[in-house]
Amino acid sequence: MTVRISDDAVALACGADAVAAAFVAAGVEVERVSSWGMHWLEPLVEIDGVGYGQVSADHVASILGGTAQSIGRIEDHPFISRQNRLTFARAGKTRPTSLDDYYGSGGWLGLAQARAMGADATIETLMASGLRGRGGAGFPAGIKWRTVANAAADQKYIVCNADEGDSGTFADRMVMEGDPFMLIEGIAIAGFAVGASKGYIYIRSEYPHAIAKMETAISLSAHLIAPFVVEVRVGAGAYICGEETSLLNSLEGKRGEVRAKPPLPALEGLFGKPTVVNNVLTLAAVPWILAHGGEAYAAYGMGRSKGTMPVQLAGNVKHGGLFEVAFGITLGELVNGIGGGTASGRPVRCVQVGGPLGAYIPPAQFDLPFDYEAFAAADALIGHAGITVFDDSVDMAQMARFAMEFCAIESCGKCTPCRLGSTRGIETIDQIIAGNNVDANLALLTDLSETMKFGSLCALGGFTPYPVMSAIKHFPEDFR
Amino acid sequence: MTSIADIVAEHEHREGPLLPILHDVQKVFGHISEDAMRDIAHALNLTRAEVYGVVSFYHDFRKEAEARSVLKLCRAEACKARGVDALVPIAESQSRVKVEAIYCLGLCSVGPAALVDDQVYARLDSARLRNLLEAM
Repeated sequence: MTVRISDDAVALACGADAVAAAFVAAGVEVERVSSWGMHWLEPLVEIDGVGYGQVSADHVASILGGTAQSIGRIEDHPFISRQNRLTFARAGKTRPTSLDDYYGSGGWLGLAQARAMGADATIETLMASGLRGRGGAGFPAGIKWRTVANAAADQKYIVCNADEGDSGTFADRMVMEGDPFMLIEGIAIAGFAVGASKGYIYIRSEYPHAIAKMETAISLSAHLIAPFVVEVRVGAGAYICGEETSLLNSLEGKRGEVRAKPPLPALEGLFGKPTVVNNVLTLAAVPWILAHGGEAYAAYGMGRSKGTMPVQLAGNVKHGGLFEVAFGITLGELVNGIGGGTASGRPVRCVQVGGPLGAYIPPAQFDLPFDYEAFAAADALIGHAGITVFDDSVDMAQMARFAMEFCAIESCGKCTPCRLGSTRGIETIDQIIAGNNVDANLALLTDLSETMKFGSLCALGGFTPYPVMSAIKHFPEDFR
Repeated sequence: MTSIADIVAEHEHREGPLLPILHDVQKVFGHISEDAMRDIAHALNLTRAEVYGVVSFYHDFRKEAEARSVLKLCRAEACKARGVDALVPIAESQSRVKVEAIYCLGLCSVGPAALVDDQVYARLDSARLRNLLEAM
């Protein structure tokens, strides 16, 4: 008998190591695997396909004795069986840094296919897949690759943006901790397709387990992607470095200040060379697309949002975790149907989709389909597809204030609307909360938000108005 | 004992070596002193202002030593939704451990969450946070 327990950071933070040690002490072989993504059940223990949720060391004897309550077969659990797991196909099933497990589950087939079909056909396959940048902007990945491929230069780079700083998101972390070879394979395919010899993975310092797993996986697989070389670089606690030009400056050893565009990083990126900057989820989707074909990927989704999105259910949600699904599912189905409503049992008051720069959305708009264009039309954004659920105890004026506060803390300082506007925003919201000249201050805050939205250099200053204005629009009673 | 020169020598062949050097200096010495900044600047042919500018830009880098243990408590939206703000008074009621705000550990489905060195903690409530602080 083998007991499988995840070594993902969520499982570790919930006490998985102590559970694993207790099984070992009971004389049972323990295999540390990636997380299934059913975070409310962590530490989740799997024995012959059957799961036991929220296990502590005290439960080991009853599980081994056959008297513990199980959740049944994990694969058949509705949270898993309702998903379209392409990027997360291995989640829960393989040991993250086992090359054998990776080979045994279809690993390296995408890279082999790319090498066999050639660089041009590889980019064509990506174009056909309709894959759009999963970091938030939703820019077609194939067009970006084609731009870099066509640029003439002595050196090109692939930069993987693993600076997943948005609250409510953890899919990048789960890829790096759970399936690091898949990300390496995706980066290597990108390098092959555009003619780059070097790739960097810029990982935030808040993810020590992801850093360790990626470094191990890189050293184990270096010979398989050679002559291409991948290297991990560690961030230093600056949220703004998730913005691609700021990230490039940080990689170069500079302050993480945003660069004006143009020039596009695709033409003048890292050290001034043509550079593909893609999010972890974008690059992690690539091996599947190459192995199965662009059309197979495009068969999922709706409209111009093709394929699947690893949605992250977070905050005050009953069934939090990773839910990969084709675009088109409604927000309400995700929050209530899959997520089961709030963890506190109180009514859902709102959700924030897309991290600290995403709009707050009330239940009245829960019929919104998960689709880039539908969200944009509703003044919201999908971003990195994190959904943070709040119950009715939330004070939306305080959340609006926090959005401005966060922008002030994390602003790189380069442009005035973001650097000064965020602090003026905090002061103005404080006046509103204190009940001083509320109408005049709301008008001022609206004007300030417009200035930040249209005058900021990047999305930090430009999108901070979304949570602020959506909170005012949908929950005006919290501001009076 | 590892010196600044050793650390610089280990990284200077890399493209953009400054951040990896600063990370290692802080790991070895606990902070990045003015003297360290001067030595690094000299070794990389940068101005002291350039190195100071980078050190002061990033939240992770300390210019002064911190003798206490540090607990980083996530204060971002998902942990707020799960009640982290109610735990702040407990963190602030003691001074033996330095409690710092951090914005997201990627444990957003099981918050409130905290980081101590490289150890992660989740599902914190008053009792668990008190125990954690006392054990540090």
